[in-house]
Amino acid sequence: MLSLRNRDLVCQQAIELLTDYLEGGLSRRQRLRLERHLRACPNCSNYLEQIRITVKLTGAIAREELAPDAVDDLTQLYRRWRDET
Amino acid sequence: MSPLRSSPPGDELVSESFCASCIHQLGSTLPHVETDAELLGLLQSGDEQAFVMLVNRYQMPLLRLACSMVSDRSIAEEAVQDTWMGIVRGIDRFEGRSSLKTWLFHILVNRVRSARTIEQQRRLPQQPSVDPECFTPSGQWSEPVESWDDELADRLDAMAIMPVLGRALEGLPARQREIVLLRDVEGLSSQEACDVLGLRPGNQRILLHRGRANLREALVTEMKKA
Repeated sequence: MLSLRNRDLVCQQAIELLTDYLEGGLSRRQRLRLERHLRACPNCSNYLEQIRITVKLTGAIAREELAPDAVDDLTQLYRRWRDET
Repeated sequence: MSPLRSSPPGDELVSESFCASCIHQLGSTLPHVETDAELLGLLQSGDEQAFVMLVNRYQMPLLRLACSMVSDRSIAEEAVQDTWMGIVRGIDRFEGRSSLKTWLFHILVNRVRSARTIEQQRRLPQQPSVDPECFTPSGQWSEPVESWDDELADRLDAMAIMPVLGRALEGLPARQREIVLLRDVEGLSSQEACDVLGLRPGNQRILLHRGRANLREALVTEMKKA
């Protein structure tokens, strides 16, 4: 495991911080170090952009639609429960 | 035994045969309810249509999450069914401290965990999210990382990439899949996802980090084919 004690991050360290960065989970000092690296490193900037695009695309995964039989079955369940109470 | 479990064979909760037109017809008869909060109010007043709408809205997300947690689909379906039982029995006691969606997922996760061996929560080991082969010995990228600014539009049909991403999501290790589903597909906040899955925030971020990195890797692989 690469140490994070060095003054400047290397790429392999930087990318492991990106989710914490996106989640706001870095300390101010860590965030500033990472942002300094990102400004200087087009590869890691591109990697971050790729992750952002991946997240966006994942959010667009089509939702499966629900079979009508399932709605009917669960509606029957609801009616039984309601009649019992 | 719940009433639904005594249903005859072939009367499965989730039918494999799906009639899209039926769904659209059903959907068109439902009142238009924008928010879960509105739905909750109607449900607590005993509105059956509100329950039907809730089922339409959440049955598949619940089943998808359950299937991500157990390999046996029948166990997943049973857990979802138990979740609905928990909903109808507990709706009057729901005080709205969390969102309705979070409450639903929370009940589901508890049901699924009751149905399988509960894994001990343990600190997750730190592992690299990108193959170490991609880096030089000094930790720099060994090959340039491409910009995707125009890549998706120029080299990939956006519609064609979604099945690839869907398969990659299904192929993730279970705990990564659960958290990516809740965060990036269902849109829960990190706190809500931690509450639902009983994860510590640090572990949630580790799993999310690996899951997203694996999905990104699947897209990179697909791009190389294009």
